[in-house]
Amino acid sequence: MIVGYYPGCSLTGTGKEYDMSLRKVLSLLDVQVEEINDWCCCGATSAHATNHLLSVALPARNLMLAQKQNLNELLAPCAACYNRLIGSKHEISHNADLKKKVEFVLEEDFNSSTEVINIVQLLQKVGKEKIKSLVKVSLKDIKVACYYGCLLVRPNAVTKFDDAENPTSMEDIISATGALTVEWNYKTECCGGAHSIARKDIVTFLSKNILDDAKLNGAHVIVVACPMCHSNLDMRQRAIKKLYPSHEEIPVLYLSELIGIALGLNGKELGINLHFVDAINLLQMVKAEM
Amino acid sequence: MSEEKFQPKIVAFVCNWCTYTGADLAGTSRLKYQPNVRLIRLPCTGRIDPVFIIKAFEKGADGVLVSGCHPGDCHYNLGNLHARRRFILFSELMNYVGIDSSRLHFSWVSASEGKKWVDVINEVIDTVREVGPFKKYQKINKEFVLHE
Amino acid sequence: MKIGVFVCHCGENIGKTVDCATVAQRAAKIPGVAYSVDNKYMCSDPGQNVIKNAIREKKLDAVVVASCSPHMHEKTFRKAAADAGINKYLCEIANVREQCSWVHDNIPDATDKALDLVRIAVEKVKRNIPLTAIRVPVTKRALVIGGGISGIQAALDIANSGFEVVLVEKEPSIGGHMSQLSETFPTLDCSQCILTPRMVEVYQHPKIKLLTYSEVEKVEGFIGNFTVTIKKKARSIDEEKCTGCGLCIQKCPIKKKAFNEFEEGLATRPAIYVPFPQAVPNIPVIDRSVCTYYQTGKCQMCLKVCGREAILFEQQDTLVTEEVGSIVIATGYKLYSIDKKPEDSEIKGYGEYGYGKYKDVIDGLQFERIASASGPTNGEILRPSDKTQPKKIVFIQCVGSRDEQKGFSYCSKICCMYTAKHAMLYKHKVHDGEAYVFYMDIRAGGKMYEEFVRRAIEEDGVKYIRGRVSKIYRQNGKYIVKGEDTIAGMPVVIDADMVVLATAMVAQPNASKLAQTIGVPYDKYGFYQEVHPKLRPVEVSTAGVFLAGACQSPKDIPESVAMASAAAAKSLVLFGSDYLEREPTVAVVNEANCAGCFYCLKVCPYNAIEKKEVKNKLGEIIDYIAHVNAGLCQGCGTCNATCPSKSIELIGFNDEQIYAEINAFSESFV
Repeated sequence: MIVGYYPGCSLTGTGKEYDMSLRKVLSLLDVQVEEINDWCCCGATSAHATNHLLSVALPARNLMLAQKQNLNELLAPCAACYNRLIGSKHEISHNADLKKKVEFVLEEDFNSSTEVINIVQLLQKVGKEKIKSLVKVSLKDIKVACYYGCLLVRPNAVTKFDDAENPTSMEDIISATGALTVEWNYKTECCGGAHSIARKDIVTFLSKNILDDAKLNGAHVIVVACPMCHSNLDMRQRAIKKLYPSHEEIPVLYLSELIGIALGLNGKELGINLHFVDAINLLQMVKAEM
Repeated sequence: MSEEKFQPKIVAFVCNWCTYTGADLAGTSRLKYQPNVRLIRLPCTGRIDPVFIIKAFEKGADGVLVSGCHPGDCHYNLGNLHARRRFILFSELMNYVGIDSSRLHFSWVSASEGKKWVDVINEVIDTVREVGPFKKYQKINKEFVLHE
Repeated sequence: MKIGVFVCHCGENIGKTVDCATVAQRAAKIPGVAYSVDNKYMCSDPGQNVIKNAIREKKLDAVVVASCSPHMHEKTFRKAAADAGINKYLCEIANVREQCSWVHDNIPDATDKALDLVRIAVEKVKRNIPLTAIRVPVTKRALVIGGGISGIQAALDIANSGFEVVLVEKEPSIGGHMSQLSETFPTLDCSQCILTPRMVEVYQHPKIKLLTYSEVEKVEGFIGNFTVTIKKKARSIDEEKCTGCGLCIQKCPIKKKAFNEFEEGLATRPAIYVPFPQAVPNIPVIDRSVCTYYQTGKCQMCLKVCGREAILFEQQDTLVTEEVGSIVIATGYKLYSIDKKPEDSEIKGYGEYGYGKYKDVIDGLQFERIASASGPTNGEILRPSDKTQPKKIVFIQCVGSRDEQKGFSYCSKICCMYTAKHAMLYKHKVHDGEAYVFYMDIRAGGKMYEEFVRRAIEEDGVKYIRGRVSKIYRQNGKYIVKGEDTIAGMPVVIDADMVVLATAMVAQPNASKLAQTIGVPYDKYGFYQEVHPKLRPVEVSTAGVFLAGACQSPKDIPESVAMASAAAAKSLVLFGSDYLEREPTVAVVNEANCAGCFYCLKVCPYNAIEKKEVKNKLGEIIDYIAHVNAGLCQGCGTCNATCPSKSIELIGFNDEQIYAEINAFSESFV
């Protein structure tokens, strides 16, 4: 299976462990990733806050690059990239005027037939059975809270992926590793997103609620599929502890890292050692190596 | 009305329940419109066969109006919708054979729209007056009749 | 053919702008016109006598009256013609008042037009044929579908007028949703107490034939003459023998297995059961999907304890045919599903409210059962999960209603009232409890309704918050309700013990199927469509079929009852005469020409076209051709315009007549 790969800026910076773990896990699952040549920004945050046309044209350019590489499917591991790519495509196809403007900017016709998918969708395509057959380390002793954040499933009319209010597809994939998933309430609640830089107070408060509810429902680890969520939930725990001294840390892993552990990769290979919150106890629970 | 002004002949096929009653209301309200129209009352616009329209042109009409109940108000539930479908197809056909589409009109006039009826009729008459007498068809028709 | 033309002056009304004498003179020259005259007032007695005398003296075959609109005096003149001995359908009206003298000023123009209108009418009447009104005998018996309060009311009204009623109910007992309610707004009187006597009255009424656990399968025929096929589902009980002692129910080993429909899933029932103690008829039914005997072939405990051997395991569904003259549909509503019973939840829109996930997030009918003295908690307000008394309840209105994104755009109408009632009942039973209501608007239109809501707020201290709830989740045994107070402009978080969702009233899931069986239009939500929203609210386009209650749109009890009585009255109007007279202007098929393409069948709005067999000499079917059921045909003529071979024609408006009308004024054109 060959799939196009759009890493986006996060996976080359703050979320590089997501990139590391994902590439390793996918190669174990016989998925070949082909990175888009000369990809550029997906238009998240700054572009779509300042210039609508730019925020649509940037993803359109990336989609056309994928098209030229004859990629039928394009994996956008970052939820924000996924949302921008799929959202722009939706918008262009529903607005002829916009399409004209975008084509003027791109200096070419926009006729993308590439399907944009997120990591959960890719793993669904790989199949639970395939993952199950390759599991080397059973995760049956750990309880996982799957955190979808806001961008992965919304807006539902555009993503057409899972239930926007009570998604369960990540749980389904994780069940292949033997890990238990918990019922909890903050699956799709906002983590504060891009306020991470400007309004730390908001992010600290929102992230704390998410972490608390996961722990309250018995989770040992939170699994995410978005580098922004990860940085808010992982990096902010120290700040939370300063404000709420009773806070107990809970490790936050990428979905690819959790599956990597199950497939027998060690913590360093997956970049787990790069996280702010130590996951060593978690790895010990399943007798995996750091 | 000056004699030089062309007086078009309009045939209106209307349904009994909405437009005919609307036209009655125009009368009861003493509204005035131009006398160039002759109404043919039918139970429903669904009864209107496109051949009626051709026949009207053949017999010297310069314009034809088809008018019935608003969608959803049809006395027979759906007749007006059948009429609308037929009319859309038929007017395209008329267009195709080169008949000016401003000779053929379709409207919804309800039993309460006396004023609308007056506006519709006047507009149809004025439009057809602008297009002029429908000589082309009548000429062909006369030749055809002669050959017969 | 000798035609007489009678031009009316209508005093000055026509005569002022139309030169009536000239019209009469010139009309006399129209071929076929044997007599022509004008008169000051044609509709007056002397005027009518002019017509009558002329018919007799001049031996006229047909008449044209140039006067006011046919909608005004067609009946008058047709009657006059008939009195003088000609068929009334040989009288046509030329509308020279409303459509000529009143709308034009110029006398020559108006006179020309009037003459044209006379010509049109003359050419038409020449081609009219004598007709007689179609007389259809009326079966003076009604079918009522649905045994809720609407169906009960309609059945009782018709039966009390002395006509027979067949009442069909798909559940094992009549009573409908009203039997599930605890108290009713705005009086807070006990629902069962006012409903049960009516149910018993239905059961004991000599004129009402009650068919419970039955469904309408097929409806044939037309107004006054319907043949209805009803499926009586197998109860597995001999209704004649059963005394309703209930011993079988007590002894059924399956106590805690079956979903209790009446209790909305808040309790269980045995495999053999009556829905509720006051059920009518008080005869149990075996739910074969859970009964041990039907699953494994063993048990038969009910049979062993039944002293009357009334258990019939082998009973089959049976079909019953009934002849009726009118049909009242009163099939009611369903609540928007929040996943009480997974297989029923065809619509799911509110994942954020925890449908089906949280036991203490319930809907309005479930709260009714909890509040009901005969309910699973004997009327004590206890939450379903742990049977403790909730100290804080949140009620959420408009769940599914007025929500285009997730539910339906309409307002369910009764939720504002029943939520106020629920909150009140709760406060009356749990004095130290807190009740919160999230609302969009309070729509309390109705006698004593607004006062009722004010009472809930002012006397009982129910806290109303204007705003929507975004999410409900469970934390530390509480249900955290996150919403917005749009008046304060603040987010609100309430840690509730229980949440009641006022879910939308929706059409019955199989409403469209029944509609197609009977031939009733329905709207995009599945509610049945009345003919006219204001002036004919209980009739549907199929003559002889009437609507009652919430099957037409969301309604409360008083409205449903009023509508049921109206539907009954409409049936009684029909039963007032032995025959129905119908206009004979219906479609007929030229059987020699019909090729059997059945385009007419496809366009007919009344299902009046039937397929008729064509047989050869040996009696073998060789073809099918169209046939018009004159009882169903309403005379719209759509089939006539559609028929490619012109083998079907509308009497009174056939092609020949219309061509003649077009021809008539072409003479003045050229």
